[in-house]
Parts: sequence; C-alpha cells; structure tokens
Amino acid sequence: MAANDTLLSVENLSSHFFTQQGVVRAVQDVSFYVKKSRTFAIVGESGCGKSITALSIMRLVPEPQGKIVAGKINFSGRNLLSLSEKRMRAIRGNRIAMIFQEPMTSLNPVFTVGYQIEEAIRLHQHKSKSDAHDLAIQALQQVRIPDPKQRIKEYPHQMSGGMRQRVMIAMAISCEPELLIADEPTTALDVTIQAQILDLLDQLQEQSQMSVLLITHNLGIVAERAQDVAVMYASRIAELSDCKSLFDNPLHPYTQGLLKSLPRLGFTGKRLYTIPGIVPEPLRFPAGCKFHPRCPIGCNNKRCQTVEPQLRQFDNGRAVACWFAPGYERPDDPK
Amino acid sequence: MNTDANTNGFLLKVDDLKTYFPVKKGLLRRTVGYVKAVDGVSLAVKPATSFGLVGESGCGKTTVARSILRLIPVTSGKVVFDNTDILAADSARMRDIRAGITLVFQDPFGSLNPRMTVANIVGEPLRVHKKITGSELTEQVRLILSKVGLSADAINRYPHEFSGGQRQRIGIARALILKPKLVICDEPVSALDVSIQSQILNLLKDLQQEFSLTYLFIAHDLAVVQFTCDIVAVMYMGKIVEQATVSELYNNPLHPYTVALMAAIPKITVSPQASTHRLKGEIPSIFNPPPGCPFNPRCQFAGDNCFSQNPPLVPVSGNNEHLIACWHIKK
Repeated sequence: MAANDTLLSVENLSSHFFTQQGVVRAVQDVSFYVKKSRTFAIVGESGCGKSITALSIMRLVPEPQGKIVAGKINFSGRNLLSLSEKRMRAIRGNRIAMIFQEPMTSLNPVFTVGYQIEEAIRLHQHKSKSDAHDLAIQALQQVRIPDPKQRIKEYPHQMSGGMRQRVMIAMAISCEPELLIADEPTTALDVTIQAQILDLLDQLQEQSQMSVLLITHNLGIVAERAQDVAVMYASRIAELSDCKSLFDNPLHPYTQGLLKSLPRLGFTGKRLYTIPGIVPEPLRFPAGCKFHPRCPIGCNNKRCQTVEPQLRQFDNGRAVACWFAPGYERPDDPK
Repeated sequence: MNTDANTNGFLLKVDDLKTYFPVKKGLLRRTVGYVKAVDGVSLAVKPATSFGLVGESGCGKTTVARSILRLIPVTSGKVVFDNTDILAADSARMRDIRAGITLVFQDPFGSLNPRMTVANIVGEPLRVHKKITGSELTEQVRLILSKVGLSADAINRYPHEFSGGQRQRIGIARALILKPKLVICDEPVSALDVSIQSQILNLLKDLQQEFSLTYLFIAHDLAVVQFTCDIVAVMYMGKIVEQATVSELYNNPLHPYTVALMAAIPKITVSPQASTHRLKGEIPSIFNPPPGCPFNPRCQFAGDNCFSQNPPLVPVSGNNEHLIACWHIKK
C-alpha cells in the first residue's frame, strides 16, 4: 500500500486507556500516511483522539493506564512499535521531534533555553559542549530569534509566549528531524503571533524538506497550511482527503456540518448552522456510527444506529466512513 | 438590529476611562510606575444592540469590562449606565446597578461552583437581589433554564454532570435570571468546541431578540464578533484604535493593525496565502510602551508623527460612525 514517498504510515492503530470506570477507546483503528516533505493535518474537537494518535507515534502514551493495543507504525521502513525502548529513544527527539501546545509548561523553568536546546543536541548527535552551543545558536537563528547569543542565556520566563514557542521549535529542529509532530502549536498564541509561527514552520519545512504532522482543532489552519487531512470524530477517522477536495466537497456529514457551522469573515446571515447535540463521551459511545445521534441523514436509519461504517478508500485517494457517502458501497439495509 | 427611537439614548456611555495598575518594587513596595491597562477608552452602547470589543491578549478589553462593573478601582473617567453615574454611586446603589449588568464568563468550568446545584447557581442572583425564595424561585429557575435550552431535570444536578456547552448555558441562565439590561459576554465561546460554538452564538442572538438585551461582547475572534455585533471597536495596548459598524469595519478596515488582524485569521479556503499584511514583531511590553502611537514598532507605515505623538481617535471624513486613531490615514 505504502508508496515510495511515504515517510510514516500508521495502520489500524488502536490505543486504549484502562481506567476504573472502564476501557476508554481513545484511538480506534486509525490508518493514514504522511508523505515526504508534506504537511498532514489531523483535525478534530477535544477528546476525539488526535493527540493520543500523536503520542502513540512517539510511543509516549502514558502508561500503565494507556496502552497501544493494536496496529503498526512504520517510519522509514521500521515498525516503531516493535523497537526496544533504547532504539526508540534514539529516534524520539532526533528523527521524529514534537512540539506541544503550551510552550510554558513544556520548557523547564530552572534551566536556560540554551541548556535545554544543547541537551537534545548532545544526547542525540554526540557533539562536544562547544559544538552543541554553536548549533543551538544556529537553531535560534533559524527560528528568527533576534540576538540569539544573548537570548540563549535567558530562562523561559524572560520570554513571551511567541518567543517560547520559537525556542520549542528550535529545540525540535536542532537535530534535523525527518518528521515534526506539532500538537496544537499555536492554540495558546494570539492570531498575529500564530500567523508568524505558522509562516516560520512553512519556511523551515521548505529549507529542510521535513514532513509535518499537524494536530489542530482549527479548520482555517488546515486549509491554509496542510496538503492532506484526516478528520477525526470520537476516536476514529471520519474522513481522509487531500485538503482542497475536503474543503470543496466534504463527504462525511460531520465534516459538512463543521464547515457550515463556522462563523466566517464575510458571513452576513442571521443564524449559524448548528450540529445538534454534543460530542459523545468515550465511555458512552453510541452504538453503530458514533455520529448518528447528531447526523441529519443517519439519525433515523437502522443501519447507522447498529453497524459502524469502516473507513473505505476511493480511487481518488479519499476515504470516508459513512454509509451514505456517495460511492460508499453497502450491503442491503438490515430489517 | 433595531435601534432606539431616541438616538441620544445610550444605555451605557463610557468617557475617557483610565484604569492604571501601580507597579510596586523593592522592600517597601514603592510604586515605581503604572501599567496603563485601559488608557482613555470612550464608547457608547445603544439599547438592544451589541457592541464588540476585540483585541489580542493583554490589550485591556477585559479590564474595560471589570472597570465598568467597578470590580477594580478606576483611575479616572466617567461611566454612565441607565442615567446613573456608576463611578460616583455608593455601595447600596452599586448593588442595584450590578443587578442590571451581568456577566457571562469564558471558562464554563471555573465559573460555576462545583458544590452548588444548578438550582442554587442559577437562583442565587434572585435570592440575593430580589429576596425571592421557595417555590417562586424554583419556578423562575425552571423558566430561564427552558429558555437557554436545558431540560427541567437539570435543576438538581451539579456542574460536573454537564458538558462544556451545557455549562455555558447554565452560566447564561444565571446571567439572565435578573432580567438585566446589559450583559457583558467575556469570550463566551472561546473555550468551547467548534461544533458547540455555533449553538451558543445562536442562543445568545435568540435571547437578545426575546428579551431586548444589550450586549457588550468581548472576544479575540473577529469572525465571532462579526456574527454577533452591530458596532465593533478594535483595541490595542489599552486604547481603541478603530471603531465602526460591523459592515463598515469588515468591508473597509483602515487602521494598519485591523488590516493585519484580519489577514492573520486563517481562512477556510484553500488559496495562496496573502502574507503581505503579516505583522512583524510582538506586542510591546505594557510596562514600557513606545512613545507616540503604541503600534509604531510593528507598523509598516510608521512615519515621523507616529514616533512622537499619540494619534487621537477621530471620525473618518464622510462617516461619523467610523473612528480611527492613526496619523497615516487621511481624515
């Protein structure tokens, strides 16, 4: 299945949390490919499983409650799930790097930003202290931090939110990763700073040809920055597509509803479209298609209420999990 | 949106409001300077309309709201609500005023007491301000809950049993039960999921029509403000830099900051990015604002005047409703 230009392929990934209240199926049967030097976005609302998918790729699902229970994660020819922890550590932060939403809590407040960047370089690239220092300054330059020789001595609290996120990015790219996982990289930032950070990520990607896996809830960011996208709903991928087709012609009723319900600049109508109901809780997922209680097409349909549709791939590279999507083959309706 | 027959009849009028926070340093906590969180803001809101305040974090939009309610000491200025000078009111009078201005908060988790039932949360303002108790109180709580789209069995449940969107409905019910004239909505949807945001925005609009509410709507999302408001003011570092009716502001934004703010919003269309209006740099430290126009370090048009004098907020020629504070724009 995976073509030559595939850097990362995730196949039938399932990650569960075993809690006292029951098993939370946070990620269920998720499959997608990230191509070389492209941006793949996972978009969804809170609790849909997009961050746990990212953590699963890094093998950082919090144990012992959390566990990857099934699936394969192939990264440039190797299954990450079968690697020893030692081997995995050589990849994590080195060939696959990650940046997080909250730049304040992901930096250590008691070390200078320089120390924290150098630490990653020295661990992974086996450089001397002074070489690491030079590389760290170079990384800060790359993320356009003015006066890097001074700023490298500063502590995280001396920097603004946008600057801290730049430091996070500097740390992530210092080992020249092939894949950068960005989990809501700009959610904590103001819109004008958000635009700067996203521009920076674009430029870095162009220079280094790295792939980016972008996790976000913001469909606008997806439209502007990604080439391929997976829409997640209640632990599963609802729709998988190239970006342009998704926004021109969404196939899943959830995607259609989301796009219609957004207040947009230039919208002058009196009322917004709404998806009725609320996102289901992971311990109380409805039977059948998890979207059916909120779906305008499927809410009264017997099949949608009882049988969960699988993600099915079409010839044009798009995939959708909906009994009513055009072209989606289904057996006769149950009586 | 309908406007009052008497055009001078503003429900809320704020004149040259200044709220400064002292900066204290050293062992003796001497005041060494001031943070000018709100620096000369004037605005006027007509009954049954929505006035939007937009800006990025730290621009002073929430401080304006808190100053209006006198939840923090105001340095100078005048706030007139319903023909009463709020800043001159004594504490008994202030109590009455606060029954007429209520708040909807951003965080639906932090703003509801987890140990109180919905009946107590929503009914408390009535108990405190109107001394209503017993079955009449329950009746009124039931009524308002149905108006915000919650079922009657919600009344004896606790906040943790509800989702974010439902909690925001509880917060709205609490704000409306006193039948206030003015509701201050401080980022009412920014903590909610995308599919829930539109539900709450529609609800706020429906309730406004039903009860002829006046909203002071505080948000950072220009698209949300466009949907809800009639007049919008853009704030930057404690000052209003541009103010206009919604259609005028969105069709004809003039201030370089407003233009950049709109360009920075990710659009839901797959199109080549227009990064021509990308802002450089960050918001300057409010402890040490630049001289002249506060926007000058990031402005591509900044000229001599901009570095020495702060531009006043004045009408654009030919349109008295469009105000702008910029030396660069020809008035």
